[in-house]
Amino acid sequence: MQPFRFDLCELPGETEGLRQEIRAFLAEELKHVPKVTRAQTWSGSDAEFSRKMGAKGWIGMTWPKKYGGHERSFFDRYVMLEEMLAAGAPVGAHWIGDRQSGPLLLRFGTEEQRQKILPRVAKGECYFCIGMSEPDSGSDLAATRTRAEKVDGGYKVNGTKLWTSGAHHAHYMIALFRTDFAPEAKHSGLTQFLVDLKTTNGITIRPIKDLAGNAHFNEVVFEDAFVPDSMMVGTEGGGWGQVTAELAFERSGPERYLSSFMLMVEMIRELGKRDGAEGAREVGRLVAHLVTLRQMSLSVAGMLEKGENPALEASVVKDLGAIFEQDMPVRAHELLGTAPTVGEGNDYEQVLGYLTQTVPSFSLRGGTREILRGIIARGLGLR
Amino acid sequence: MNELQTILSDSVDGLLSERVTKVLVQKAEEGEFPATLWNEVEANGLTRVLVPEEQGGAGGTWADAAIVLKAAGEHVAPLPLAEALLANWFLTQAGIEVPDGVTTLLDGDFTLEGGKLSGEAKNVPWGRDAARGVAIVKGQVILASLDGAAIEPGINVAREPRDCVTLKGATATAKKAALPGNAMNLYGALIRACQMAGALGYLSTQSVAYANERTQFGKPIGKFQAIQQQLAVLSTQAAACGVITDHACAQVDKRGADAAFEIAAAKIRVDDASSVATSIAHQVHGAIGFTYEHGLHFATRRLWSWRAEFGAGRDWAETLGRETIAAGADALWPHVTAR
Repeated sequence: MQPFRFDLCELPGETEGLRQEIRAFLAEELKHVPKVTRAQTWSGSDAEFSRKMGAKGWIGMTWPKKYGGHERSFFDRYVMLEEMLAAGAPVGAHWIGDRQSGPLLLRFGTEEQRQKILPRVAKGECYFCIGMSEPDSGSDLAATRTRAEKVDGGYKVNGTKLWTSGAHHAHYMIALFRTDFAPEAKHSGLTQFLVDLKTTNGITIRPIKDLAGNAHFNEVVFEDAFVPDSMMVGTEGGGWGQVTAELAFERSGPERYLSSFMLMVEMIRELGKRDGAEGAREVGRLVAHLVTLRQMSLSVAGMLEKGENPALEASVVKDLGAIFEQDMPVRAHELLGTAPTVGEGNDYEQVLGYLTQTVPSFSLRGGTREILRGIIARGLGLR
Repeated sequence: MNELQTILSDSVDGLLSERVTKVLVQKAEEGEFPATLWNEVEANGLTRVLVPEEQGGAGGTWADAAIVLKAAGEHVAPLPLAEALLANWFLTQAGIEVPDGVTTLLDGDFTLEGGKLSGEAKNVPWGRDAARGVAIVKGQVILASLDGAAIEPGINVAREPRDCVTLKGATATAKKAALPGNAMNLYGALIRACQMAGALGYLSTQSVAYANERTQFGKPIGKFQAIQQQLAVLSTQAAACGVITDHACAQVDKRGADAAFEIAAAKIRVDDASSVATSIAHQVHGAIGFTYEHGLHFATRRLWSWRAEFGAGRDWAETLGRETIAAGADALWPHVTAR
């Protein structure tokens, strides 16, 4: 028996009104945004756009109303996510808070933390980043070394977080720090904290240019930074279990197969200008994979709606999604042979330029291909 | 699963896991039709899942049929179970009474004159063992007797009978049915895709089981990351195929022949997966999996045969791709989300 279950999940008919409302909103908002900018989707950050989404009630959609949420279904949220991604909306500013930091605080945060922060997240005014990776702790997350030492009224933090996407825009980081330094406490010595990036002294955020020359991610250095007791998330020593739950949120969404959709669309547009069986076959293949991935992704959404834990299924979709998306520039090149461009050229050439350079990260961010397959292998009973 | 699906699943898995032994499949490959098993399959109603209850069927949906079709693939049942299930559905669509006995699909060139069917079909599954065949000619479903048919035996690489059947004035019953012109190819692709999804599930569980048993360098080979990573890929491919075939069947239940989009997607997806999955399954099994003695090849040879039957993935991909390109780039997302 396969260890994972993908039951079919059909979106309820009442989500259709929301979908049309979102499409109309996006048609207006994105009217003048170039395709290459749209290709960034959830890597693109636009605070004004996030505030508009907050005003529409499209952030924190499933959260309780008392924390600024809208108590809508996971299906409504799913429709919102897939429409934003397919259109290439600049949802990056609020994405992490909406996807994982908010749900984490709902589950493990204190009442004070929730009341103070979540309503601002839902308004599209307060942004998060993820403080997990470090220079010596990438896939081996439990090797986290950044130290949070107990001092009067809080913790003194020293160390470095790395590859922190959006830290330069974010108001808060949910950080995984080591609070127990005993060698045997590798997993049990970790604790999560809310770190106020705007007011805490002793934090330096340095941008790291990626290979395409963009600075989405950062190095965040803590030097005797003070984090008050009230900013601990969950329990001391409970960080490993909490982070595992957080990663399930991080991996479960449609962005894990819809980050290159703009290239698929523009490639089809290019192929429409010429005739040929080879191009048609490739498009047909990509469509078949797209439809399959969407059904798998919907199945994961169905599990979330039922309150089930889709951690394993989410890993499956993320792994298959990354293969699909990384294959796309390869196929595009084989079919059309067009040189990818930066800063000039038509929409297709520029989108190809952006995504050719970006897709390698898709099997790195949010858990590498090898880590995901290790999780799947564990599910299969191999480890 | 609903109640009927649970019953079907228990019934088909119970029967096939007990009866489809390695010896039975080997004998079938040597040309011996498993008549006893066929009778049991019929007695359990497995060929009549899509036949209405008042005609002695289960009155099931394609979502129900998927369970039987996948099990047929998973257990490598050497019988025209999938073919009969589809043939009986065609008959039901035309209002023709469903007969007992082996009924196969006649995918070929036929003409109907004065109630008699003439023509030829190549690669007819179990043509030599079938009492009757179902053909579709100009919107009519035709049930023809294969008594007196000229049979030229042939096999596919899975050594399943694929015979050339020639009819000259065969006794036939013909009735109009609301089916698309390519119904044989379209629904044929659907049954093969479901069987393939079943066979891919088998490859995944069998390969994991083998990796946990086989010891090298002092530990089960499944403990090595190189093997784990391969098996993870195999299992995700199998999972994807399970989902897309379920989706295709559900869409046929919902929108009939308009589900050609999903059927095409399913056949393309399982074809792609079968190439990756058969390769990994054999690699993990090593030399033993390359022997006739070991049963792995019963599934892999079927996948190599089935992926080319009723349209290979590449053929369906060309159709789907041409439609997608013709509809325009911006129509793709609204289309996908409207399903």
